[in-house]
Amino acid sequence: MTSARAVSLVARREFVTKVRTRSFLIGTAVIIAVLAGYVVLQSVLFDDQQRSVVGLSGQATQLADPLREKAKSFGIEVETRDVTTVDSAERQVRDGSLDALVTGAPPALKMIVKGSGDEVLTTVLNDVLRQQVLVAQLAEAGITPQQVAQNLANVNVDVTALEPVDPQRGQRLAIGLIVAALLYYSLLVYGTMVAQGVVEEKSSRVVEILLATVRPWQLLLGKVIGLGAVGLLQLLVISMVGLGLSSAFDVIDVGALGATALLTGVLWYLLGFFLYATVFAAAASLVSRQEELQSVLTPISMTIIVAFVAGINLMIGSPSGTTVTVLSLLPPFAPILMPGRMAMGVATTWQVLLAIALALAAIAAITWLGGKVYANAVLRTGARVKLREALKV
Amino acid sequence: MPEGVLEIDAISKRYGEVVALRDMSFDVHAGELFGFVGSNGAGKTTTMRIALGVLAADSGEVRWNGRTVDLDTRRRIGYMPEERGLYPRMRVLDQLVYLAELHGMSTNEAHTSAENWIARLGLRDRRTDEVQRLSLGNQQRVQLAAALVHEPDVLVLDEPFSGLDPVAVDVMSQVLREKASSGVPVVFSSHQLDLVERLCDRVGIVSAGSMVASGTVDELRSGGESRLVVESPTTDWAATLDGVRVIEKNGTRCVLELASGVDDQSVLHAALAAGPVYEFSRQRPTLTELFRNVVTTEARST
Repeated sequence: MTSARAVSLVARREFVTKVRTRSFLIGTAVIIAVLAGYVVLQSVLFDDQQRSVVGLSGQATQLADPLREKAKSFGIEVETRDVTTVDSAERQVRDGSLDALVTGAPPALKMIVKGSGDEVLTTVLNDVLRQQVLVAQLAEAGITPQQVAQNLANVNVDVTALEPVDPQRGQRLAIGLIVAALLYYSLLVYGTMVAQGVVEEKSSRVVEILLATVRPWQLLLGKVIGLGAVGLLQLLVISMVGLGLSSAFDVIDVGALGATALLTGVLWYLLGFFLYATVFAAAASLVSRQEELQSVLTPISMTIIVAFVAGINLMIGSPSGTTVTVLSLLPPFAPILMPGRMAMGVATTWQVLLAIALALAAIAAITWLGGKVYANAVLRTGARVKLREALKV
Repeated sequence: MPEGVLEIDAISKRYGEVVALRDMSFDVHAGELFGFVGSNGAGKTTTMRIALGVLAADSGEVRWNGRTVDLDTRRRIGYMPEERGLYPRMRVLDQLVYLAELHGMSTNEAHTSAENWIARLGLRDRRTDEVQRLSLGNQQRVQLAAALVHEPDVLVLDEPFSGLDPVAVDVMSQVLREKASSGVPVVFSSHQLDLVERLCDRVGIVSAGSMVASGTVDELRSGGESRLVVESPTTDWAATLDGVRVIEKNGTRCVLELASGVDDQSVLHAALAAGPVYEFSRQRPTLTELFRNVVTTEARST
């Protein structure tokens, strides 16, 4: 039997067993539900804030088109409805199905609202009204209103920005944070899962049967690949659903930005997982019972948590600052910070390549060292194995 | 199968200051059931773990058909460790198929073989249950199936009978006997000496990390000092013979211990010369007595 066959058998068992568990299915479903709920909530709030329904009666109905257009230039959306009787329309304003009712003919327009009325909507309406009056008076004075409008449209202040602001900055930040959060979650959850798997084999003693037929490194590699694939599957499912929902509800304009973020996310997930999973597995091989696991995992989990919490704060503050740049190059932090910075578009190519090279070097070193600890410690049951002993031989 | 011999050749192992094995040697041939007995801590489990490559020996060698055992030959060994171990949350069938595949079977062969052993060991109703939901006895059966599922060329079982009910002991004995007669060398350790005596072709007694006696049960029982039971009205004659010691006297019956080399027929002549003899028989020690004898002598000498 080849090593590849042995590793793939172990990986397949890990993958199939984990994907079949109820906790994986429920966990994924819950994350998707939370995500969907958030997106739907966002889009509803978004809709509510930005959309007003205005009833137009009598001569005011001719204002429908200019009103909608003007509103758009103010960044709000107005839906107009022609109403026949003012009385019933007033009742609709009272019960909230209309945000405002406009009656009368220009220039003597009246607006009826329930409470204080929307300031932006009032401004929009005033603008529309003034323009109507202007057009009428220009026509009276014998000047072509279209000509004036064209001349006016050509007059603009010439703005020179010293530090141009990326119009997509907000979206980039959002995507960067989401990517960092997803990687943080995946590394922590699936790293811990590798550790639990190692201890399960050790505490149930099945490892002795396994090691009579496969080598320790084959067992370790198979486990890391199998569980890594489960994590990748979950990451992809969550991302796809997230991207799909966001596009469908127009919460953020993802498009190319989202696709790139997904690709870098997957790359860094793989680098981060191979880096951390081996450390998790080696640490877990030192203990024999699940109860002792927490104590050896805490230092590793803390590194990931610190990378995430500190990194997120620094990233929001100044994504291209020196601290965050240096941290994002270092292997323990890179898998969470670099993809975030890449999604925000602040990581330069040499930084990305350097971070990848350092991560690969770290993976090689950690796999060698972790594999040694694992091979030495995994058959020793009973008391916790000291790290120094496990590194001997 | 060609000449199947498993040889354990002069294996030594120490844990720091503690010597676990000292020049442990024995061999098991095709079709043979070899019983491995010894008190706790004598080195049985260490020997088996080294044979399976789970532990590394400090010196010595394990050979199969004259070649040093490596990972590929080790895959052909069926192993039941002393510390039973299976994935608790994996189904019986999946578990056996997985282990068969890890030992080099194709997926189809693995399925066929797993189903076959499940049926033979009476686990058909439980085949899709998680192992942790089975009774202890059934878990033991799955453990045996795990050692057999890849149709191994050699069987090494550490305490296969411990914790089994009498019915399961019979099933286990039958399976081991069958495996041996199909040409597979079988080694197992046990504390149930009566069982070893009944079942095994050859027995090895281990003490303090070395093999102190090995051979067929008959050889072991007839070797060393032999005993005679004699019934005659007077027994004073016995004390005058060289190399004969009276170790028990009960009315007209006595038990004599003969040093090796003393001819029992000359003892009979001496007895007849002294008076009538109503009973004269050889008393052979049971394996338990032999074991106790060997272990205590070893303990005294070290």
